[in-house]
This record gives sequence, structure tokens and C-alpha cells, in this order.
Amino acid sequence: MGSLFRSEEVVLVQLFLPTAAAYACVSQLGELGLVEFRDLNASVSAFQRRFVVDVRRCEELEKTFAFLQEEVRQAGLALPLPEGVLPAPLPRDLLRIQEETDRLAQELRDVRGNQQALRAQLHQLQLHSAVLGQGHGPPLAASHTDGPLERRPLLQSPGGPHQDLRVNFVAGAVEPHKAAALERLLWRACRGFLIASFREMQQQLEDPVTGEPATWMTFLISYWGEQIGRKIHKITDCFHCHVFPFVEQEEARRTALQQLQQQSLELQEVLGETERFLSQVLGRVQRLLPPWQVQIRKMKAVYLALNQCSVSTTHKCLIAEAWCATRDLPTLQQALQGSSSEAGVSAVVHRIPCRDMPPTLIRTNRFTASFQGIVDAYGVGRYQEVNPAPYTIITFPFLFAVMFGDVGHGLLMFLFALAMVLAENRPAVKTAQNEIWRTFFGGRYLLLLMGLFSVYTGFIYNECFSCATAVFPSGWSVAAMANQSGWSDAFLAQQPLLSLDPNVTGVFLGPYPFGIDPVWSLAVNHLSFLNSFKMKMSVILGVTHMTFGVVLGVFNHVHFGQWHRLLLETLPELVFLLGLFGYLVFLVAYKWLRVTAAGAASAPSILIHFINMFLFSSSPTNRPLFSGQEVVQPTLVVLALAMVPVLLLGTPLFLCREHRRCHSRRSPQPDKDTARLLDLPDTSLASQGSDEEKAGCPGDQAEAEFVLSEVFMHQAIHTIEFCLGCISNTASYLRLWALSLAHAQLSQVLWAMVLRAGLSLGGEMGVAAVVLVPVFAAFAVMTVAILLVMEGLSAFLHALRLHWVEFQNKFYSGTGYKLSPFTFAVEGE
Amino acid sequence: MAYTGLTAPLVMMSMFCGFVSFLVPWFISKGPNQGVSITILVTCSVCCYLFWLIAILAQLNPLFGPQLKNETIWYLKHHWP
Repeated sequence: MGSLFRSEEVVLVQLFLPTAAAYACVSQLGELGLVEFRDLNASVSAFQRRFVVDVRRCEELEKTFAFLQEEVRQAGLALPLPEGVLPAPLPRDLLRIQEETDRLAQELRDVRGNQQALRAQLHQLQLHSAVLGQGHGPPLAASHTDGPLERRPLLQSPGGPHQDLRVNFVAGAVEPHKAAALERLLWRACRGFLIASFREMQQQLEDPVTGEPATWMTFLISYWGEQIGRKIHKITDCFHCHVFPFVEQEEARRTALQQLQQQSLELQEVLGETERFLSQVLGRVQRLLPPWQVQIRKMKAVYLALNQCSVSTTHKCLIAEAWCATRDLPTLQQALQGSSSEAGVSAVVHRIPCRDMPPTLIRTNRFTASFQGIVDAYGVGRYQEVNPAPYTIITFPFLFAVMFGDVGHGLLMFLFALAMVLAENRPAVKTAQNEIWRTFFGGRYLLLLMGLFSVYTGFIYNECFSCATAVFPSGWSVAAMANQSGWSDAFLAQQPLLSLDPNVTGVFLGPYPFGIDPVWSLAVNHLSFLNSFKMKMSVILGVTHMTFGVVLGVFNHVHFGQWHRLLLETLPELVFLLGLFGYLVFLVAYKWLRVTAAGAASAPSILIHFINMFLFSSSPTNRPLFSGQEVVQPTLVVLALAMVPVLLLGTPLFLCREHRRCHSRRSPQPDKDTARLLDLPDTSLASQGSDEEKAGCPGDQAEAEFVLSEVFMHQAIHTIEFCLGCISNTASYLRLWALSLAHAQLSQVLWAMVLRAGLSLGGEMGVAAVVLVPVFAAFAVMTVAILLVMEGLSAFLHALRLHWVEFQNKFYSGTGYKLSPFTFAVEGE
Repeated sequence: MAYTGLTAPLVMMSMFCGFVSFLVPWFISKGPNQGVSITILVTCSVCCYLFWLIAILAQLNPLFGPQLKNETIWYLKHHWP
């Protein structure tokens, strides 16, 4: 069947890598991605391993790469993806890469520092020129017109002539949010011995550090008195204002302003040059960094893998243990030969036996990958146990569709998935980063099948956006009923509801050939019929699914050579399951086939029969379905109950007996074959086919594993789980009914309340057409949001649960681990 | 249209599903996916056949008929055969 049926054969190999060629060999293995290395130095800490120095060098380089990447990102550029095949560099190339990287990083740091300094300077110059350039009203005007009066004391101070009453100026710039506070503080502190004028600058300046534009406020304070002056300076210092010298004469100010402007022009030129150089450096980084990143990552991975090998000093080589699929062994041999040919001594590979459970390897293509993914999400299968995935490919979409059945919704889902599948090779689609989109895209084949099966079940349920279609003529004839029962128009006008009676000839012509008859969608009591139909359908599908699960367990027992479990576990399980619930399915089918409308009044109730079967009683009003039922039912119950002790005690007693037999037989001679029988029921045997050497006596080890109480406990749990689970799991399948009912009702509500209400609007043709547009929009949005997305997710979840719990606990243990080969490919690509 | 009951649809559907599950597998090309393809075909036809069978058997001998509104009856009396 290929490797999807169960895990491929995986063996443990030992690699002898000559020291000179070890790096090249491991690098080649990383490119191929065939083997999973086992850590032979697990007891050694990371700092004491052999290649820790090389790993550390790689890590330091990666830090520098991170710094360079951050710089590139800050500048708003993107790093292009590396192209082509980039093998891990040789150790001597590492030095060159290191040098170049350090040089680039240093250059970048220098240039950045220069740029910052120049920007700060420019900022200062701009502030200064703004302060000088902006006119500040009355104080300047006063100094213009009242030239000779400037020196006139403005205030008669009582203090005396020694006070200096010359007007001084403090000019500067302050950040806008501090301006109001500054003004208030100045006023309060200097008590009106100053005149301050605040003006907003006309242009916005970029903050040199953050690059954000900010509008600074310039101020001009005119004061008199030295003490006031000192206070003002302290306050402006406190507020971190930039204070510039302010000359009173306007010509001097103008010259100063011109000088400043010239300086700032020059500075801007220099800044421009600096930024051009910076972009040059960044361009080089963009070109060189991506391939280096890939190479150094590979190199680090190789050294980490080499750290897991043990050193054999006598043979001057490294010994590695790895898991490898048997099918890949020739490729592995070839790769190692090729890589180590230059060193002269070639690398050697050979298989070694192992008692540990090997990892599971199941090769999938892009179609089967999503189904294997949902199986693995529950648990990766044990080595070589039966894989549920190939059956899940069909049963999962099928059970989803049973809960989702609607032609219209299924078609929409199918088309959406088809669009994704047809566009799957487009680069724009492959590199999209949105999480939700990636989730949907990863499950496109799943959605495709789900949509397809939903269309099929929609045809069977006869629902297309909750409307039934009469592809074939209906099997119920209203005309015949009306004619035979004398339903005149007058009679009809009086009776709001009337039932068609299948007993009347000509009314029921036969079952609808494909699906549910369309007349039921017009009936008021359609739920009575549908509920009965869907509940029975759920039970039938459930029992079939579970029986299939038990049968799959047979393959496990045969493969692992545990023949006793066929007789002592599978057979009792099947008898129990089929004897009770298979009988229920039989009752359902029998009633469908045998009980006709003629006997409808006294039709037996399956539910009552089933309850009475377990209670060993009978209801007089419930007639038997078939003759002999009173004998058959108790027999089946007794048989099923008799299977419980077989299931509970059979395997443990058998194993006990085998253990004792082997024990008594071991004293004369060791018997290798009994090692198999002594394993615990669920231990899988690892590659017994490749038994070269036996490590020690397997009998002793296996004997230590056989603890009688554990075996009994394990079997008791399994028995209880199975028997109680039969009942609860069968009931659990009723969710197929529940969800399909919910879906049908929701879509019917949407149809009746939204679209039908819109379509049945009276009035002019034009008006109705225009009104229909928003009505349809509402219908479409709610269909997609509620019915497709919400109901789809819900049905997906429940179908998943049915698979994971009800189906897989009949045969699947899921306690293995995946083969994760040593590879350079990044996850998710 | 006179119905023949169960036989005609049963034969048609059985033939179709039998064709898909017994005949088509012989034509699947031998390759790594042969096993999976055959499993898919067989499982699909079994599931679809079972589901269709349940639907038709449930309607074979109805114990009660649909209860219709008088408007529906009036319409169907004249428009359905």
C-alpha cells in the first residue's frame, strides 16, 4: 500500500566519519535531510562539547548580522531573499566572512554617529536662526522708535541709583508643551519685572533623535535687573531651553542671521553627503547579508550536529548514531562516499540493532499532507502501527458533509478551495504572511473534498440554500389524495392543515430515487420525518465507523505477531459491539423494510425494544418485529456480557501462562523466540528483521518488564473503556444528526426571513429590484459568515472529534514520535 | 410516472458504485500513490453508497405522510402530476 498505510522501516545506523571529512559529510547530510542524529553526548553540558568554540563564533556573527539587519530595517529597506544553492562554508571561509562583517558593522556605526551629530548641529542652527529671524512685537518696536529713550529708566525704583535699569534680552527656543508652564513660572518668579513674548515657529523642525516633526516656540524676554536676569537664566536652564545670544542692534542680528543661514546650508550639504554614503553602505549590506545569513546558519547547524557525535581517539574519527529510513540507506552511503573521498579515508555506515522504539516516518505529498496533519495533531503513531490517514482522506470530509449537507454552501466551499488549489503555485500566494490565510491555504485540499462531499450530501438531503429541488418527480401524489378523500376547494378553505395518508392507494408511489423527497420540504411536519431519518442514519454510520476501527486493529495484531490478541481481544470486541449495536442497526433496517403503512398504527417502537432488551423485560403494547425476537434478544445480551470477562482476563492470563512457560524453559536453555511473547501488549517490536547482534540476553530484560499487576490493570482499563465507550460513542455519533439539523434550520431561517421576504415584496418591478440588492447583500454576508464560516468550523470540529475519539480509540495509540531529520531547510518553507 | 419502487435506483446505484470500487482500481497506474488512490476510491464509494441506501430505505415504507398547508395542497393538486 505504500508508506501511508504504516510507518516506513527506520533503522539505527552508526556512522564513522574521519575527522578531516566530518564537516563536509555532515554538511552534505544536512543538504539531503535524510537522517536524524541521536545525541551521544547527552550527559555533557553545552559548554564542554568539542565544537563549542566554533558554535560560539557563529553565534557572535549572527549577533552582528542582527545588528546589520536592524539598521537596514530602520532605514526602511528590505532584505532580498537569497537565491541559489548556498552550501555551508568551509571553516577557513568563516574568517573572511567575519572580517567583512565586522568592517561593515563598524562603518555603519561610524556613519550613523556622524549623521546624528550633524543633524543635532543643524537643529541648533535652525533654532538659532528662527529665534533671530522672528520678530517679537513691542519690545523690538520700542527699541526701534525710542532709540535715545532706550536708556531711560522705565521704572523709578525706590532702591537707589545703584540698580542697573538697562533692558536686557534673553532669547531662545522652547518645546511647545513647556511654553505655557515657562511663561507662568517666569511671571510668578519675576513679578512683572520682565516682558516675555512667545511665538510659534513657522516651520516644523525634525527632532534629530526621533525624527518626528515638532513645532518649537521662540521667546524673547526683556528684563531689567541683574537678579532678575539670573533668575530667568536659571528658569530657562531648568526647562532645557536653548538660549542664544541676542544682540540689540538689528544690523548685527541680520548679519548673524545671514551667517547662520550660510552655515546651515553648508551643514545640509555635508549631511547630504553623509546620507549618500550611508545608503551606499546599506546597499552593500543588502547585497551581502542574506547569503551570509543562510551560510552561517547552516554552519552553526553542522557544528551543533557534530557536537552530538562521540569521538573515538583510537580511530581518529567521529562516531555518530542516526535514525535512517531503510529506503534511504543507499543514498546515505553514496553521499558519505562522495563527501569523504577527498580526505582519502572514506566514511563507513552500518546498521546496529536497537531496543528503543524508532521514530515514525510517513512520506506524504501535498495532498495527503493535510490529512496526515490532522491525524498527527492527535498523536504521531507508534512505529509501524496502522495509520488512520488514508481512510481519513475520505471519512473526514464525508462526516463533515453529513453535518453540513447543502448543495449551495458545499458548492461555495468547493469553489473557494478550487481557487486556492489552482493558484497554489503563484509566488504571491506562497509568501503571504497572514496567519488565518495560511491556515486556510494549508487545508485547501481538505476544503476541496469537504465541499465536494457537501454537494453530494446536499443532493441526498435535497437542500440547496435550504430549498428542495424536484429533479425526479416526487413520490407523493397530492392529486390522488385530494381526489380520493374529496378535498374540494371549499373543504380546503376550511382546513388549514391536512395530512397525506400513505394507506390511500395512489398517494405514495414509491421512494424518491435519489435522496429525500422534495414534498417534505413543503410539509409542516417535515422535522418529524427528518429527525427519525437522521437519528437512524447517525447510528448506522457510527456503528459502521467503529466496527471499521476495530477491524483495523486486526492489522496491528497481525503485523506485530500478537496472534493471541486476535482471539482474545478483537473477537470479543466485535461480538460485543455487533451483538448489541449491530443488532440495533439490524432492527432499524428490518423495520424500514418490513413495517408498512398498513401496520403503521401498531408499528413497533425500536427504542422500547432496545430498552427492554437490556432490562430483560417486555412491553405488552409493543408488538415484536420478527418472530423469535424474545429469544434472540436475551441471547445476544448474555453473549455480549459473556465477552466482558474474556476481554478482561483473556490476554493477561495468556501472557501469564507464556511467561511461566518461558521461565521454566529458560533454566535448560535460553530461548530467543519467547522474547516476543513476553512484551507487554502494547509494546511494539522494533525492526526484529534486522537482528545482527543481540545486546545481552533479551530474555532477562523482557522478564523484568513483565509485571503481572500492571498487565491486569492495563487490560481492565481497556475493557472498561471499550465497553462503556461502545455505548457512549454510539450516542456521540448522534451529533451528526444534531448538527445537520442546526445547519438546515439556520439556512431555512436565513432563506425565509431574508431572501424570501425580499423576493415577495409587492410593488413596482423597479422598486422591488432595487430593494432586492441590499436584501441579497445581507443574505450573502450572513450566509458566508454564519453558515459557511461558523457552521463550517463547527462541523469541522465535531468531525475531527469523532475521528480522534470515537474512531481512533478502537485501534490507534498515537504515542510515537516523528523522524525529524537533520536538514537545513527552514520550517514552513 | 409509474415507479418501480426500489429496484431501478438500487440497480443503478449499485452498478455505479460497483464500477468505481471494483473496476476502476484495475486501471490505476502503478506508482507510489496506487495504494492510496485505491483506498480513496473504495472508501468513497462505500460511504456514498451507504448514505444513499439509508436515505432510500428510510422512505421505502413510510408510516405517515407529509402534513401540508391548504394553499400548498391547492397548488400541488393542480401543478404536480
